[in-house]
Amino acid sequence: MRAGGTSEFRLRDLLSFRWAAIAVILVAWFVYYPIVDNFIVSTTDEDIFTGEVTQVGLANYQRLLDDPVVWVALWNNFVYAAISIVFQVFGAFLLAAMIEGLDSERLRRFWRAVYFIPSAISITITGLLFYFIYQPAIGLLDGVLKASGLETLMRPWLGDEGTAIYAIIAMSQWQGFGYSTLLFAVAIQKIPRELYDAAIIDGAGPLRRLWNVTFPLTREMTGLMTIITVTGAFQVFNEVMVMTAGGPNNSSQVLGTWLYQQGFTENNFGYGAAIAAVIFAVTMLTGTAQLIYTRRRRVQL
Amino acid sequence: MSAAVLAEAPPAPVNVWSVIARTFLHAFLICLGIVVLYPLLWMAMNGFKNNAQIFGDPFALPLTWSWSNYVEAWNRGVRDYLTVSILVTVASALCTVLVSAWAAYGLTRTKMPSKPLVVGFVLGGLMLSPTVAVIPLVKMMQALGLYNTYWALIVLYTAFRIPFCTFLIRAYMLDLPRDVDEAAVIDGATEGQIFWKITMPLCRPIIVSCIILHVLFAWNEYLFAMIFSGATGMQTLPVGLTSIMAKHGTNYGIVFAAMTISALPIVIVFFAAQRYFIRGLSEGIGK
Repeated sequence: MRAGGTSEFRLRDLLSFRWAAIAVILVAWFVYYPIVDNFIVSTTDEDIFTGEVTQVGLANYQRLLDDPVVWVALWNNFVYAAISIVFQVFGAFLLAAMIEGLDSERLRRFWRAVYFIPSAISITITGLLFYFIYQPAIGLLDGVLKASGLETLMRPWLGDEGTAIYAIIAMSQWQGFGYSTLLFAVAIQKIPRELYDAAIIDGAGPLRRLWNVTFPLTREMTGLMTIITVTGAFQVFNEVMVMTAGGPNNSSQVLGTWLYQQGFTENNFGYGAAIAAVIFAVTMLTGTAQLIYTRRRRVQL
Repeated sequence: MSAAVLAEAPPAPVNVWSVIARTFLHAFLICLGIVVLYPLLWMAMNGFKNNAQIFGDPFALPLTWSWSNYVEAWNRGVRDYLTVSILVTVASALCTVLVSAWAAYGLTRTKMPSKPLVVGFVLGGLMLSPTVAVIPLVKMMQALGLYNTYWALIVLYTAFRIPFCTFLIRAYMLDLPRDVDEAAVIDGATEGQIFWKITMPLCRPIIVSCIILHVLFAWNEYLFAMIFSGATGMQTLPVGLTSIMAKHGTNYGIVFAAMTISALPIVIVFFAAQRYFIRGLSEGIGK
């Protein structure tokens, strides 16, 4: 009787797996398995015409090291990350502090919403929009420069090897800063009001309060945003694809677009998979950093 | 609840410097607002213009407020792309939220063995990016016969968003009081009844946040959409826009009109559901 009871209980415990079954299966099948498979594909070479697959070991990785475009792409991803940290982490923090310092709640809500709008819109749309804005001579940017007497600065922003990637990054900042501003604003709202009152009594001016109260108390958010921004910068694809597709002359290539070009335009599945492995390595690093960071924080709490 | 950070009205004597600082602050916010909004207004406005007006006089208001470009864009593809986008977004949002809520319930309310392992497995998916999986997924979808069907996108959007959604709902369920559940168990309710009648209604706020964040993701996603719905008649809005650009690239008014129509729904969703949006974003990043 008793034994029967326990085994019934065990069966019931096992049956509770059914709740998570679909989630586990879908994630294992479509998220984990392809990543494992990607490493297998990256050690092969497929002949486009015969469809014959040959094992090539680490040859695709050797090719990575010798491919100058990979280094250009890595550098562009790095610049992407660095500029995004300046604008979307520190710039967004300052902006959020300014907004949260406003007296009127309606104004605060208004500005948070306005700055967020571009983040809600698809990158494909903003990418196309800026493609037109950057058009030489007839685009909006050159129009503004012309109207303000800065004709010497006018150039084909996306057609110039020196400016293409920066023009794309600039669009990306325009689109993304409102998103991180919103998150910083939420973090700032959680700071107890008394700390500011105490600082005011101590005679701290606005800048002192910003530096001694707001900044230290949102440091967690700053850390998280930095990691998320870097992860995002190494996965960037959409805006580059829409605006330049990596051109001119591969100068604005990032890892994501180079992967696409190798894998899908030139049908080098094996080599594309090797490029994907590089993205995997970088995002794993930043992901682990994020995990350690949140773990440590939770222990402190 | 104002967190006085930069500009704060000082008590009693009006400080000249503080007035100046406040003026600059407001001026700065307004300028930034113009930088953000003007390109979007320019986009919507160009939908009313023809090529000569768009490029000849970029700052001018349209000469006539004719909707012909918008109608043209709608008829030449936007309607179909919009249908596909709505279908894929709604279907994948429902699947994701349902599957994630089930998983979260199992992980917080049942005696499932080795829970930490399952939690680690599902949430570990957060670290894996679609870009890395895309080449094997193409082969897989071809083998499954899902290549160039809506199903490929619905399945992938669901699978890739389950970790994040489960994470949000699980965290919410952990904070929910359990006494109602326990009372229901004593009354003889099954797990299924508790899930549908007690837990899900209590989780409504986070479910709404999840749905909205999913809509934002699925509506705007490009990489998977481009690769798995490239065929005509299957394209979602972002992919369709690039093909409108390729087809009618010389008639810019139509392209701008199509872009504006595509951007509008999501902006409206954002304004209508801002509260849930912000909750989802801040919970998602903060825990």
